[in-house]
Amino acid sequence: MRRIVLMGNPNVGKSGIFSRLTGAHVITSNYPGTTVDVSRGTMRVGGERVEVVDAPGTYSLEPASAAEAIATRIVEQADPVVNVVDATNLERNLFLTLELLERGYPTIVVLNLWDEAAHLGIRIDVPRLEELLGVPVVPTVGLSGQGIRELVGRLDEARPSAAFRPLSEEERWAAIGRITKEVQTVTHRHHTFRDLLSGASIRPFTGTLIAVAVLALSFLLVRLIGEGLISFVFEPIFALYTPLVQQLSDLLGPGIPREILIGRLIDGEIDYVQSMGLLTTGLFVPFGMILPYIVAFYLMLSLLEDSGYLPRLATLADSLFHRLGMHGYGIVPLFLGLGCNVPGVLATRVLETRKQRFIAGTLLSIAVPCMAQIAMIFGVLGTFGLGYVLLVFATLAIIYVCTGLVLKRYIRGESPEIFLEIPPYRMPGAAITAKKTWMRVRGFLAEAIPYLLLGILAVNLLYTAGVLDRIAAVSAPVMEGWLGLPGEASTALLVGFLRKDLAVGMLMPLGMTALQLVIAVTMLTIYFPCVATFVVLFKELGLRDMVKSAAIMIGTALLVGGAMRLILIGF
Amino acid sequence: MEIPLVSLKEGENATVAGFRGGRGFARKLRTIGIREGKTITVVARHPFSGPIVVRVDDRETTLGRGMARKILVDVER
Repeated sequence: MRRIVLMGNPNVGKSGIFSRLTGAHVITSNYPGTTVDVSRGTMRVGGERVEVVDAPGTYSLEPASAAEAIATRIVEQADPVVNVVDATNLERNLFLTLELLERGYPTIVVLNLWDEAAHLGIRIDVPRLEELLGVPVVPTVGLSGQGIRELVGRLDEARPSAAFRPLSEEERWAAIGRITKEVQTVTHRHHTFRDLLSGASIRPFTGTLIAVAVLALSFLLVRLIGEGLISFVFEPIFALYTPLVQQLSDLLGPGIPREILIGRLIDGEIDYVQSMGLLTTGLFVPFGMILPYIVAFYLMLSLLEDSGYLPRLATLADSLFHRLGMHGYGIVPLFLGLGCNVPGVLATRVLETRKQRFIAGTLLSIAVPCMAQIAMIFGVLGTFGLGYVLLVFATLAIIYVCTGLVLKRYIRGESPEIFLEIPPYRMPGAAITAKKTWMRVRGFLAEAIPYLLLGILAVNLLYTAGVLDRIAAVSAPVMEGWLGLPGEASTALLVGFLRKDLAVGMLMPLGMTALQLVIAVTMLTIYFPCVATFVVLFKELGLRDMVKSAAIMIGTALLVGGAMRLILIGF
Repeated sequence: MEIPLVSLKEGENATVAGFRGGRGFARKLRTIGIREGKTITVVARHPFSGPIVVRVDDRETTLGRGMARKILVDVER
């Protein structure tokens, strides 16, 4: 099958063009590096099916990073190359274009963001550019689809250029200077509100204020949307489901099948949170409690990315994160991890080195509770007063920073500095945002839900077999002696390996004081990630680093737990 | 006067003069738009040895201080 490869600098709307060509589900993003995972799709050109590959964004064919190296490898099998160029930034983008043409790849050039260029007072003489480059040039607007039809119609005109022989870097820049001067006219533009906002959101003082406001607003919206989805979509669905599962319960009668499928009845009724059956809690917790917030969270994240805000946030966060051995990008896995640790761990890939990824993944597992867990923390401690909830989060924040400071010093490897382009603010497109949110939710369902169900099944079987109680009995002395918690709390910690939020719920009937609960809830967050995160972490870090990371987690938990006991409860 | 970019104050303009460090480093900066002869403006300097944000050709880029030390600029003072 013929293969069309999209090549271009980061932030030129390449993924948007890809999405337009294939209609496939892909993630488009303003954030440099998001398309490290290569997207593939198919399209029809004159009745023939061809493969379309979206290569990672690259500035040059002499790669400076792993993602760029992938791009240069993919382009070797291209027939043709669709070179996506940012029309608002022609000069710089032509460097890659000339490299492609010098090497003789059959190429068609796409001048994307054509509307934005016009808006900025930039005019490009397209016919003249075609002549100078020796290949077809098509202006497009990826967001609205303008020019895509012409691009598809002219794909077969793509050809190697006869205008260029291999050039040295200096010669290439000189050629680019000549071409730009000849085809581009720029009329002076007035500064707009967008420039003002752009400047304010990247300066330390105003930027921090804006960041706090944006993050607060995001979390508020996530809560609003999540709660809205629960009361108007998910609760009505479960209201229809309850009579069915109740009937099944009556039909099964007491015995092991009911224990596993339905779980324990609370006062003769099914309790979706506490029954622990596969068909009750197993379905309700992921779909009725977590999914609504995940949907809301990914929607917010897509908006932050596509508007161009994330690179600004990364710039502001860099002062802190480079001290923790990462750099500003480190805020992305942290932010995602607050939704669910699984995508958070996957997002550590935005960091370049093994050291940075190890630190990001370990800190995430130790000190970042996911949305489900946060909801349960509020549920358990909120009744005692908001102060206790804040105490948990303050402790976690301190642990995040302190552990980061230590790991930066003692983990071997490189921590390269931040280096990123700040794209202009852009209005996110509704269709692309919706598609991207759906893609991520689908990814979450596929990666996390099977483990959630398996987890509940495993807890059920272990519980029924009495294994949990025995392990709990062995670890009870540590609970009582070191952490000052009732011995039964160790069962909750064990369950926490499978389901953190359920484990928080299990702490409730133990009759602990508010401060004991603070310790227990904090321990539950730190000591280990849930099994789904654990598996992803293992895949990302490899066995050796995973073992190292797990040892750090348990060590930190015991250290912090003991300290909290001394400070909060005394001896 | 040729000085490292890192010594520019917020809001100050200069002309990119050259790069210290390897060929790969210079090439990376050139392809992102920071090239000899271009006018460079420091948009923001983040405190606690945080990053520096520069503008070249109406495009902004965030750089760590280490990189900003290796970029030489010409400034009239």
